[in-house]
Amino acid sequence: MTQNVLMDILQATVLLLVAAGATVVVRTRDRTRLVLVLSGYGLLLAILFFTFQAPDVALSELTVGAVALPLILLLAIAKVRKHQE
Amino acid sequence: MTSRQRRWLFAIAAAGLVACYLWAFAGLPGFGNYPGPYGQEILKHAIAQTNATGVVSAINFDYRGFDTVGEEFILFTAAAGMSVVLRKLRGEHERDRSPYDRARNRELPPTSDAIRVPTLALVGPVVLIGWWLASHAQTDPSGGFQGGVILATAFMLVYLSGEFLAFRRLSPVALLDGAEALGAGAFVAVGLAAVAQGLPYLDNFLPLGQVPGAVSSSGTIALISFFVGIEVAAAFTLIIGELLEQTLLVRAGGR
Repeated sequence: MTQNVLMDILQATVLLLVAAGATVVVRTRDRTRLVLVLSGYGLLLAILFFTFQAPDVALSELTVGAVALPLILLLAIAKVRKHQE
Repeated sequence: MTSRQRRWLFAIAAAGLVACYLWAFAGLPGFGNYPGPYGQEILKHAIAQTNATGVVSAINFDYRGFDTVGEEFILFTAAAGMSVVLRKLRGEHERDRSPYDRARNRELPPTSDAIRVPTLALVGPVVLIGWWLASHAQTDPSGGFQGGVILATAFMLVYLSGEFLAFRRLSPVALLDGAEALGAGAFVAVGLAAVAQGLPYLDNFLPLGQVPGAVSSSGTIALISFFVGIEVAAAFTLIIGELLEQTLLVRAGGR
Protein backbone atom coordinates (compact mmCIF):
# COMPACT_ATOMS: atom_id res chain seq x y z
CA MET A 1 0.00 0.00 0.00
CA THR A 2 2.67 2.52 1.02
CA GLN A 3 4.59 1.48 -2.04
CA ASN A 4 1.65 2.45 -4.25
CA VAL A 5 1.36 5.83 -2.55
CA LEU A 6 5.08 6.44 -3.01
CA MET A 7 4.80 5.51 -6.68
CA ASP A 8 1.85 7.89 -7.10
CA ILE A 9 3.84 10.70 -5.51
CA LEU A 10 6.80 9.95 -7.77
CA GLN A 11 4.65 9.89 -10.91
CA ALA A 12 2.87 13.13 -9.95
CA THR A 13 6.21 14.82 -9.25
CA VAL A 14 7.65 13.77 -12.60
CA LEU A 15 4.49 14.89 -14.43
CA LEU A 16 4.76 18.31 -12.78
CA LEU A 17 8.46 18.50 -13.69
CA VAL A 18 7.65 17.66 -17.32
CA ALA A 19 4.97 20.36 -17.43
CA ALA A 20 7.42 22.86 -15.93
CA GLY A 21 10.14 21.72 -18.35
CA ALA A 22 7.86 22.18 -21.35
CA THR A 23 7.06 25.70 -20.17
CA VAL A 24 10.76 26.52 -19.86
CA VAL A 25 11.39 25.16 -23.39
CA VAL A 26 8.62 27.34 -24.84
CA ARG A 27 9.75 30.42 -22.90
CA THR A 28 13.42 30.14 -23.94
CA ARG A 29 14.26 32.63 -26.69
CA ASP A 30 17.97 32.19 -27.33
CA ARG A 31 18.37 29.41 -29.91
CA THR A 32 21.51 27.76 -28.59
CA ARG A 33 20.21 27.80 -25.03
CA LEU A 34 16.90 26.43 -26.31
CA VAL A 35 18.65 23.35 -27.68
CA LEU A 36 20.31 22.66 -24.34
CA VAL A 37 17.01 23.14 -22.49
CA LEU A 38 15.32 20.82 -25.00
CA SER A 39 17.96 18.19 -24.32
CA GLY A 40 17.25 18.43 -20.59
CA TYR A 41 13.53 18.19 -21.35
CA GLY A 42 14.21 14.98 -23.32
CA LEU A 43 15.91 13.61 -20.22
CA LEU A 44 12.84 14.52 -18.13
CA LEU A 45 10.55 12.76 -20.60
CA ALA A 46 12.76 9.68 -20.41
CA ILE A 47 12.41 9.70 -16.61
CA LEU A 48 8.64 10.10 -17.04
CA PHE A 49 8.42 7.04 -19.29
CA PHE A 50 10.59 5.09 -16.87
CA THR A 51 8.42 5.91 -13.85
CA PHE A 52 5.37 4.84 -15.90
CA GLN A 53 7.02 1.46 -16.42
CA ALA A 54 8.01 1.80 -20.07
CA PRO A 55 11.80 1.32 -20.04
CA ASP A 56 11.93 0.60 -23.78
CA VAL A 57 10.29 3.90 -24.65
CA ALA A 58 12.45 5.64 -22.04
CA LEU A 59 15.60 4.38 -23.80
CA SER A 60 14.36 5.55 -27.19
CA GLU A 61 13.44 8.97 -25.81
CA LEU A 62 16.80 9.22 -24.10
CA THR A 63 18.76 8.49 -27.27
CA VAL A 64 16.64 10.53 -29.66
CA GLY A 65 15.26 13.34 -27.51
CA ALA A 66 18.26 14.01 -25.32
CA VAL A 67 21.10 13.20 -27.76
CA ALA A 68 20.32 12.93 -31.48
CA LEU A 69 17.78 15.74 -31.90
CA PRO A 70 19.75 18.43 -29.98
CA LEU A 71 22.90 17.47 -31.88
CA ILE A 72 21.21 17.86 -35.27
CA LEU A 73 19.57 21.14 -34.19
CA LEU A 74 22.89 22.55 -32.95
CA LEU A 75 24.53 21.72 -36.28
CA ALA A 76 21.68 23.36 -38.19
CA ILE A 77 21.99 26.50 -36.04
CA ALA A 78 25.74 26.60 -36.67
CA LYS A 79 25.10 26.34 -40.40
CA VAL A 80 22.55 29.16 -40.37
CA ARG A 81 24.82 31.35 -38.25
CA LYS A 82 27.70 30.80 -40.67
CA HIS A 83 25.49 32.03 -43.49
CA GLN A 84 24.51 35.15 -41.59
CA GLU A 85 28.07 36.17 -40.84
CA MET B 1 -7.32 41.29 -41.58
CA THR B 2 -7.11 43.60 -38.58
CA SER B 3 -5.63 42.42 -35.32
CA ARG B 4 -9.09 42.66 -33.74
CA GLN B 5 -10.51 40.19 -36.28
CA ARG B 6 -7.53 37.95 -35.81
CA ARG B 7 -8.11 37.86 -32.08
CA TRP B 8 -11.75 36.86 -32.62
CA LEU B 9 -10.71 34.13 -35.01
CA PHE B 10 -8.23 32.87 -32.44
CA ALA B 11 -10.85 32.97 -29.65
CA ILE B 12 -13.34 30.92 -31.70
CA ALA B 13 -10.69 28.39 -32.74
CA ALA B 14 -9.35 28.10 -29.18
CA ALA B 15 -12.86 27.59 -27.76
CA GLY B 16 -13.47 24.85 -30.34
CA LEU B 17 -10.18 23.19 -29.50
CA VAL B 18 -10.86 23.29 -25.74
CA ALA B 19 -14.35 21.85 -26.26
CA CYS B 20 -13.10 18.98 -28.46
CA TYR B 21 -10.18 18.35 -26.12
CA LEU B 22 -12.40 18.08 -23.04
CA TRP B 23 -14.85 15.88 -24.95
CA ALA B 24 -12.03 13.52 -25.95
CA PHE B 25 -10.64 13.64 -22.41
CA ALA B 26 -13.97 12.53 -20.93
CA GLY B 27 -13.91 9.42 -23.11
CA LEU B 28 -10.43 8.28 -22.04
CA PRO B 29 -10.07 5.10 -19.98
CA GLY B 30 -9.24 5.71 -16.31
CA PHE B 31 -5.65 6.32 -15.21
CA GLY B 32 -3.70 3.06 -15.38
CA ASN B 33 -6.58 1.13 -16.99
CA TYR B 34 -6.02 -0.68 -20.24
CA PRO B 35 -9.21 -1.55 -22.11
CA GLY B 36 -8.02 -3.68 -25.02
CA PRO B 37 -7.53 -7.45 -25.00
CA TYR B 38 -4.44 -7.36 -27.27
CA GLY B 39 -1.85 -6.49 -24.61
CA GLN B 40 -3.08 -9.07 -22.13
CA GLU B 41 -3.09 -11.80 -24.80
CA ILE B 42 0.46 -10.90 -25.89
CA LEU B 43 1.68 -10.91 -22.28
CA LYS B 44 0.12 -14.32 -21.70
CA HIS B 45 1.69 -15.99 -24.72
CA ALA B 46 4.72 -13.99 -25.91
CA ILE B 47 7.42 -15.61 -23.77
CA ALA B 48 6.16 -19.13 -24.41
CA GLN B 49 5.86 -18.51 -28.15
CA THR B 50 9.14 -16.69 -28.79
CA ASN B 51 11.43 -17.49 -25.84
CA ALA B 52 12.15 -13.75 -25.67
CA THR B 53 11.81 -12.13 -22.25
CA GLY B 54 12.07 -8.69 -23.85
CA VAL B 55 8.42 -8.77 -24.85
CA VAL B 56 8.50 -5.30 -26.40
CA SER B 57 11.20 -6.51 -28.80
CA ALA B 58 9.18 -9.66 -29.48
CA ILE B 59 6.29 -7.42 -30.56
CA ASN B 60 8.51 -5.04 -32.56
CA PHE B 61 10.54 -7.63 -34.42
CA ASP B 62 8.16 -10.59 -34.58
CA TYR B 63 4.42 -10.03 -34.03
CA ARG B 64 4.49 -6.64 -35.74
CA GLY B 65 7.73 -7.06 -37.65
CA PHE B 66 6.18 -5.71 -40.83
CA ASP B 67 5.50 -2.35 -39.12
CA THR B 68 9.11 -2.20 -38.04
CA VAL B 69 10.35 -2.77 -41.60
CA GLY B 70 8.47 0.39 -42.54
CA GLU B 71 9.95 2.34 -39.63
CA GLU B 72 13.39 1.09 -40.55
CA PHE B 73 13.01 2.49 -44.03
CA ILE B 74 11.89 5.88 -42.71
CA LEU B 75 15.35 6.34 -41.22
CA PHE B 76 17.02 4.76 -44.25
CA THR B 77 15.23 7.16 -46.59
CA ALA B 78 16.05 10.15 -44.36
CA ALA B 79 19.77 9.36 -44.42
CA ALA B 80 19.72 8.64 -48.16
CA GLY B 81 17.84 11.88 -48.84
CA MET B 82 20.30 13.83 -46.73
CA SER B 83 23.25 12.39 -48.67
CA VAL B 84 21.61 13.29 -51.97
CA VAL B 85 20.60 16.83 -51.01
CA LEU B 86 23.89 17.73 -49.35
CA ARG B 87 26.24 16.12 -51.85
CA LYS B 88 28.83 18.28 -53.53
CA LEU B 89 27.97 18.85 -57.15
CA ARG B 90 30.64 19.00 -59.81
CA GLY B 91 31.83 22.57 -60.21
CA GLU B 92 30.25 23.65 -56.94
CA HIS B 93 32.42 25.84 -54.76
CA GLU B 94 31.98 27.19 -51.31
CA ARG B 95 31.45 30.90 -51.47
CA ASP B 96 31.29 31.89 -47.87
CA ARG B 97 34.78 30.91 -46.77
CA SER B 98 36.44 33.89 -45.19
CA PRO B 99 40.11 34.50 -46.03
CA TYR B 100 40.93 33.52 -42.46
CA ASP B 101 39.26 30.14 -42.91
CA ARG B 102 41.18 29.57 -46.11
CA ALA B 103 44.59 30.43 -44.70
CA ARG B 104 46.72 27.29 -44.48
CA ASN B 105 48.90 28.43 -41.64
CA ARG B 106 46.24 29.85 -39.32
CA GLU B 107 46.45 28.89 -35.71
CA LEU B 108 43.76 26.49 -34.64
CA PRO B 109 42.70 26.65 -31.01
CA PRO B 110 43.55 23.25 -29.53
CA THR B 111 40.86 21.32 -27.71
CA SER B 112 41.42 21.54 -23.98
CA ASP B 113 42.49 18.41 -22.14
CA ALA B 114 39.46 18.78 -19.87
CA ILE B 115 37.28 17.89 -22.88
CA ARG B 116 39.69 15.66 -24.74
CA VAL B 117 40.46 13.17 -22.00
CA PRO B 118 36.90 12.40 -20.80
CA THR B 119 35.46 12.19 -24.32
CA LEU B 120 38.15 9.80 -25.55
CA ALA B 121 37.88 7.78 -22.33
CA LEU B 122 34.11 7.48 -22.91
CA VAL B 123 34.39 6.10 -26.45
CA GLY B 124 35.10 2.53 -25.31
CA PRO B 125 32.30 2.28 -22.71
CA VAL B 126 29.82 3.91 -25.11
CA VAL B 127 30.62 1.37 -27.84
CA LEU B 128 30.19 -1.41 -25.27
CA ILE B 129 26.79 -0.09 -24.08
CA GLY B 130 25.56 0.39 -27.65
CA TRP B 131 26.68 -3.08 -28.66
CA TRP B 132 25.11 -4.59 -25.52
CA LEU B 133 21.78 -2.86 -26.17
CA ALA B 134 21.68 -3.86 -29.84
CA SER B 135 22.41 -7.50 -29.03
CA HIS B 136 20.12 -7.91 -25.99
CA ALA B 137 16.75 -6.92 -27.45
CA GLN B 138 15.50 -10.47 -26.83
CA THR B 139 16.31 -10.53 -23.11
CA ASP B 140 16.07 -6.99 -21.70
CA PRO B 141 14.39 -3.67 -22.38
CA SER B 142 16.69 -2.62 -25.18
CA GLY B 143 16.91 -3.00 -28.92
CA GLY B 144 18.69 -2.28 -32.14
CA PHE B 145 17.35 1.23 -32.45
CA GLN B 146 18.54 2.48 -29.08
CA GLY B 147 21.81 0.58 -29.37
CA GLY B 148 22.42 1.98 -32.83
CA VAL B 149 21.96 5.60 -31.75
CA ILE B 150 24.33 5.07 -28.83
CA LEU B 151 26.92 3.46 -31.14
CA ALA B 152 26.66 6.54 -33.35
CA THR B 153 27.35 8.81 -30.37
CA ALA B 154 30.71 7.07 -29.97
CA PHE B 155 31.71 8.65 -33.28
CA MET B 156 30.41 11.99 -32.04
CA LEU B 157 32.67 11.69 -29.01
CA VAL B 158 35.67 11.25 -31.30
CA TYR B 159 34.58 14.42 -33.07
CA LEU B 160 34.04 16.30 -29.79
CA SER B 161 37.55 15.47 -28.68
CA GLY B 162 38.70 17.68 -31.53
CA GLU B 163 39.70 14.91 -33.89
CA PHE B 164 37.55 15.74 -36.88
CA LEU B 165 39.94 14.12 -39.31
CA ALA B 166 40.10 11.00 -37.15
CA PHE B 167 36.29 11.03 -37.12
CA ARG B 168 36.26 11.18 -40.92
CA ARG B 169 38.82 8.40 -41.18
CA LEU B 170 36.88 6.24 -38.72
CA SER B 171 33.63 6.73 -40.57
CA PRO B 172 34.28 6.85 -44.32
CA VAL B 173 31.06 7.65 -46.16
CA ALA B 174 31.36 4.68 -48.54
CA LEU B 175 31.62 2.26 -45.60
CA LEU B 176 28.67 3.90 -43.81
CA ASP B 177 26.55 3.77 -46.97
CA GLY B 178 27.37 0.08 -47.27
CA ALA B 179 26.64 -0.65 -43.60
CA GLU B 180 23.34 1.20 -43.76
CA ALA B 181 22.22 -0.65 -46.87
CA LEU B 182 23.40 -3.96 -45.38
CA GLY B 183 21.45 -3.41 -42.16
CA ALA B 184 18.23 -2.39 -43.91
CA GLY B 185 18.57 -5.04 -46.61
CA ALA B 186 19.31 -7.84 -44.14
CA PHE B 187 16.09 -7.08 -42.23
CA VAL B 188 14.10 -7.51 -45.45
CA ALA B 189 16.17 -10.57 -46.38
CA VAL B 190 15.36 -12.28 -43.05
CA GLY B 191 11.68 -11.80 -43.90
CA LEU B 192 12.17 -13.16 -47.41
CA ALA B 193 14.08 -16.18 -46.06
CA ALA B 194 10.89 -17.15 -44.24
CA VAL B 195 8.89 -16.76 -47.45
CA ALA B 196 11.36 -18.99 -49.29
CA GLN B 197 10.51 -21.76 -46.83
CA GLY B 198 6.80 -21.38 -47.46
CA LEU B 199 6.16 -19.41 -44.25
CA PRO B 200 4.55 -15.96 -43.89
CA TYR B 201 6.83 -12.93 -44.42
CA LEU B 202 9.02 -12.28 -41.34
CA ASP B 203 7.85 -15.50 -39.69
CA ASN B 204 10.24 -16.57 -36.92
CA PHE B 205 11.81 -19.57 -38.66
CA LEU B 206 15.03 -19.94 -36.64
CA PRO B 207 15.28 -22.28 -33.62
CA LEU B 208 14.00 -20.44 -30.53
CA GLY B 209 16.51 -21.95 -28.10
CA GLN B 210 15.77 -23.90 -24.93
CA VAL B 211 15.68 -21.27 -22.18
CA PRO B 212 13.55 -18.11 -22.29
CA GLY B 213 15.76 -15.12 -21.62
CA ALA B 214 19.03 -16.55 -22.91
CA VAL B 215 20.94 -14.29 -25.31
CA SER B 216 20.95 -17.06 -27.93
CA SER B 217 17.17 -17.55 -27.69
CA SER B 218 14.26 -16.08 -29.65
CA GLY B 219 15.37 -16.92 -33.22
CA THR B 220 14.98 -14.09 -35.72
CA ILE B 221 14.18 -11.46 -33.04
CA ALA B 222 17.82 -11.28 -31.94
CA LEU B 223 19.05 -11.37 -35.53
CA ILE B 224 16.77 -8.58 -36.75
CA SER B 225 17.58 -6.39 -33.74
CA PHE B 226 21.27 -6.76 -34.51
CA PHE B 227 20.78 -5.72 -38.15
CA VAL B 228 18.62 -2.78 -37.05
CA GLY B 229 21.47 -1.74 -34.75
CA ILE B 230 23.92 -1.69 -37.68
CA GLU B 231 21.49 0.25 -39.86
CA VAL B 232 20.66 2.86 -37.22
CA ALA B 233 24.27 3.40 -36.17
CA ALA B 234 25.33 3.88 -39.80
CA ALA B 235 22.37 6.14 -40.62
CA PHE B 236 22.91 8.45 -37.64
CA THR B 237 26.67 8.65 -38.16
CA LEU B 238 26.03 9.44 -41.83
CA ILE B 239 23.44 12.16 -41.09
CA ILE B 240 25.56 13.86 -38.46
CA GLY B 241 28.74 13.45 -40.50
CA GLU B 242 27.05 15.15 -43.46
CA LEU B 243 25.89 18.01 -41.25
CA LEU B 244 29.35 18.40 -39.72
CA GLU B 245 30.85 18.47 -43.19
CA GLN B 246 28.43 21.26 -44.07
CA THR B 247 29.04 23.42 -41.04
CA LEU B 248 32.30 22.77 -39.34
CA LEU B 249 34.90 21.28 -41.61
CA VAL B 250 36.06 24.74 -42.59
CA ARG B 251 36.85 25.55 -38.99
CA ALA B 252 38.32 22.21 -38.06
CA GLY B 253 41.19 22.18 -40.51
CA GLY B 254 41.83 23.40 -44.05
CA ARG B 255 41.36 20.76 -46.68
